[in-house]
Amino acid sequence: MKKAESKLLNQTLSKSPTGIQGFDEITSGGLPTGRPTLVCGGAGCGKTLFGMEFLVRGATQFNEPGVFISFEETNEELTKNVASLGFDLEDLIKNKKIALDHVHIERSEIEETGEYDLEGLFVRLNYAIDSIGAKRVVLDTIESLFAGLPNQLILRAELRRLFHWLKDKGVTAIITGERGEETLTRQGLEEYVSDCVIMLDHRVTDQTSTRRLRVVKYRGSIHGTNEYPFLIDENGFSVLPVTSLGLKHIVSNERISSGITLLDKMLEGKGYYRGSTVLVSGTAGVGKTSIAAHFAEAACKRGERVLFFCFEESPNQLIRNMLSIGIKLEPWVRKGLLQFQATRPTFYGLEMHLAVTHKIVSAFKPAVVIMDPINTFVISDKESEVKTMLMRIVDFLKANQITALFTSLTSGESALESSDVGISSLIDTWLLLRDIELNGERNRGMYVLKSRGMANSNQIREFILTDHGVELREAYIGASGVLTGSARVAQEALENAEVLTRKHDVERKKREIERKRKTLETQIAALHADFASDESEALKMIETEKDIIKRLEQDEIEMAASRKAVIEKRITSKLKK
Amino acid sequence: MKPKKENSDKRIKKGKPVITPDDKWVLRLYIAGQTPKALTAFSNLKKICEEQLDGKYSIEVIDLLISPQLGSEDQILALPTLVRKLPVPVRKIIGDLSNTERVLVGLDLLPER
Repeated sequence: MKKAESKLLNQTLSKSPTGIQGFDEITSGGLPTGRPTLVCGGAGCGKTLFGMEFLVRGATQFNEPGVFISFEETNEELTKNVASLGFDLEDLIKNKKIALDHVHIERSEIEETGEYDLEGLFVRLNYAIDSIGAKRVVLDTIESLFAGLPNQLILRAELRRLFHWLKDKGVTAIITGERGEETLTRQGLEEYVSDCVIMLDHRVTDQTSTRRLRVVKYRGSIHGTNEYPFLIDENGFSVLPVTSLGLKHIVSNERISSGITLLDKMLEGKGYYRGSTVLVSGTAGVGKTSIAAHFAEAACKRGERVLFFCFEESPNQLIRNMLSIGIKLEPWVRKGLLQFQATRPTFYGLEMHLAVTHKIVSAFKPAVVIMDPINTFVISDKESEVKTMLMRIVDFLKANQITALFTSLTSGESALESSDVGISSLIDTWLLLRDIELNGERNRGMYVLKSRGMANSNQIREFILTDHGVELREAYIGASGVLTGSARVAQEALENAEVLTRKHDVERKKREIERKRKTLETQIAALHADFASDESEALKMIETEKDIIKRLEQDEIEMAASRKAVIEKRITSKLKK
Repeated sequence: MKPKKENSDKRIKKGKPVITPDDKWVLRLYIAGQTPKALTAFSNLKKICEEQLDGKYSIEVIDLLISPQLGSEDQILALPTLVRKLPVPVRKIIGDLSNTERVLVGLDLLPER
């Protein structure tokens, strides 16, 4: 439905891309082609630059030459000013891609002597446009004419004519205007230019300034209505179209190691998902940065780029501190795989942080981004704003398949599960570090509070910082909770003793059995001996018996022989009975 | 209205150009096409020059429709514009020159009141 709508709109209203980073996304295509656009804002908010970038990008990227009519700066000043942003105006002018014209009017030099019009301006503009076949025009700032020409009636009539003329000419124009007290522009230019109005703003809150851009109106087009932060740096303008990022990012099934073997084991033995967001929260001094450093090192070892934002420590201090637990980060920095970005959160506003993050990440293209810690932002601004900002960062990183690890400091009093920044819902894997105070000791425990998409361990493990990094120990869980520190050692000793006792028991049992077996064997031997003597006796008797029978048989045979009788049979049968 | 002698002395004190009989006035009238305003301006200029400058002048009419590139040289914005190139300093007078008094002030032929 929406697609069909935008398709229809594209048919009705063609747009000229500005080439300004992010701006074309907000306006879904750029400025209205062939129509004038009003860019207004206070002093120093970047109006001239916006116009200039529109022209330069148009000339270099979209092959649309442009005319810049400056009412304030001379051509030389302008060329110099924008050279600092990497625009080579002289070259573009030489190649007839851009034409500059400085229109200057000095009231003291001018004497009004009757009726006149501003045809001279039209002629110059027309000449400039035709000389290079311009498609784009910037008038910066036409309002200064009001200071130079005394007759406002003529001026207003002529301005109206000018904007009509620009439309007829079919050029895409930007008219800049100084912000007025209650109106968008001081001289009410919005009265004449009503197709598209863009407001630039430079606001200071809590001593930090942020530049913002808003599309006030855009006739005949859908546009983002929010205030978008933008920044001006050596590459010109860049607007951050935050809402254009949605929950449509691709997800990865790839798993990457956290750098701590036992922690990986707690996460199904594989570690974090690539592109997921990891939060390490805990009270002060529990080792959040160490976990982050482990992760950074592991990523560098895999040959991935890591961008480390540290908001509390300087990179050198961090490197030194991590060295004390055996994590060597410095070689990776030298190799260019690890980049530190250290700024105080109060250095600039939240939007600026967002914009800077956006920019650095886009330039460095890291696989892993670490922010340590995120809750320092809360000090500088409102919590809800911080959340929105972090959400934008998370969305942005996810869209780019970058694994993010944030650390967050929870204060002692509040519930550990409630992260100060309230971003828990954005987090995929949440590691909670906590102190365990027991038996006059303060030890560290760690558990996986949640981990989306994996069967994570639900065990609390003891977390030890050693000179060779973080170690997780299997925890002892007794009636009083997790046993840590000396209590754990005691428990270990206890268990060792138990094992020893059991071992002794077994030995004893073994010996007993042996003894029993031996007794049994002796008894068996005695019985055997008895039996043997009985047997031999019995055999002897049998032998004697046999001899007797033989004797009797012999006797009988002999007697029968003498009597010649059949007695033989009787005796033998008797014997058989 | 003719300038009085005392006034011309005042002008010298003010550091304004001294008009000697040898000086030649170079005037340029910028127009864009033969519009009614342009024609009025030209005839007004002609009249003022004859009355005030006694033949020691030249008028160059520049039609920006014919040579638009000349517009930026004298920073022409409004039309018609009369530019006094000589004597220096350059002065600009905009409008159809119908207000003779203002024209004379603009050309430094009459002191500002």
